[in-house]
Amino acid sequence: MTRALAIAAVLGALVVAGPGAASAAPPNAADLEAELVCPVCETTLDQSNAPVAEQMKTYIRVQIAAGDTEQEIKDALVAEFGPQVLAEPPGGGFGLLAWLLPLGALVGGAIAVGLLIRAWTRRAAPPAADERLDPELDRLVDEELARFDG
Amino acid sequence: MASRARLVGQGVAIGLVALLFILLAWSLLTDEGGGLKSAAARGDRPQAPDFTLERLDEDGDLRLSSLRGKAVVLNVWASWCVPCKEEAPFLEQVWQDNRDRGLVVVGLDAKDFRADARRFAKRFALTFPLVYDGPGDTIDGFGVTGFPETFVLDREGRVVQAFAGAVDGDDVRPRFVAAIERALET
Repeated sequence: MTRALAIAAVLGALVVAGPGAASAAPPNAADLEAELVCPVCETTLDQSNAPVAEQMKTYIRVQIAAGDTEQEIKDALVAEFGPQVLAEPPGGGFGLLAWLLPLGALVGGAIAVGLLIRAWTRRAAPPAADERLDPELDRLVDEELARFDG
Repeated sequence: MASRARLVGQGVAIGLVALLFILLAWSLLTDEGGGLKSAAARGDRPQAPDFTLERLDEDGDLRLSSLRGKAVVLNVWASWCVPCKEEAPFLEQVWQDNRDRGLVVVGLDAKDFRADARRFAKRFALTFPLVYDGPGDTIDGFGVTGFPETFVLDREGRVVQAFAGAVDGDDVRPRFVAAIERALET
């Protein structure tokens, strides 16, 4: 149970750390096009040939050539088209919910499975010593069995 | 213990199903503006959603409701939209011809770069007020599904008629001008 919670916590930390870790990578047009959404057709830029998507691709290449970082390009596009231009929700504010809700579901599911397993294993366990027959009753049963055998 | 866990599980499952039903009902009840255009087509004159957006042609914001008392032609456009280029000179002409009669043409640029929009306005010498909605959040309330779309509002901010596509075509232009006249009469 504790191990499952620890694994879930580590997975959650990786998920939450993901966007921040990605932003440190050097700008790459193809990567950025896969991480940004066309505001008209709502697919990633690399999947879209809508006019506005083509304008955004051109903008990305121009800004990379101008020396902008990946984060600067993303920030500029968010300033134009809003946070929904990011394929991955931002790691803070309301966008944090998109990361935390699946993690919460994972932890909740692990707890539920743990509780169920615990309940089932208890039900299947053999009776404890103090739950055995009363000695007097046990003697009577032995007598009856002896009479039956005799 | 087992019965308690089962009860908790059942409670969670029922809660999730209830939540999904609420979301479904909410999505069905909150019309994303599609009803606005159909109501206008029936002649109901539904109230246009109000908005406050930054201006592209000058500093500051423009609030749609601040134009009450004037008829409004609200044109939704983008610099990358080909029919928008074709109708832009016509809209400028409509503004020039009718501004003294109490008509305001408002260009609402959406899903576009500000710089591209300003270049577009300069290229076509647009002098009517221009506002900017990069994410396109405002146009959802009008039920806009493509570019351009134009809404003719009366002096009380109600939608007289909505036009999908360019309004400068020979087949559309008479209906568009007639809608402007009805809006000015209100």
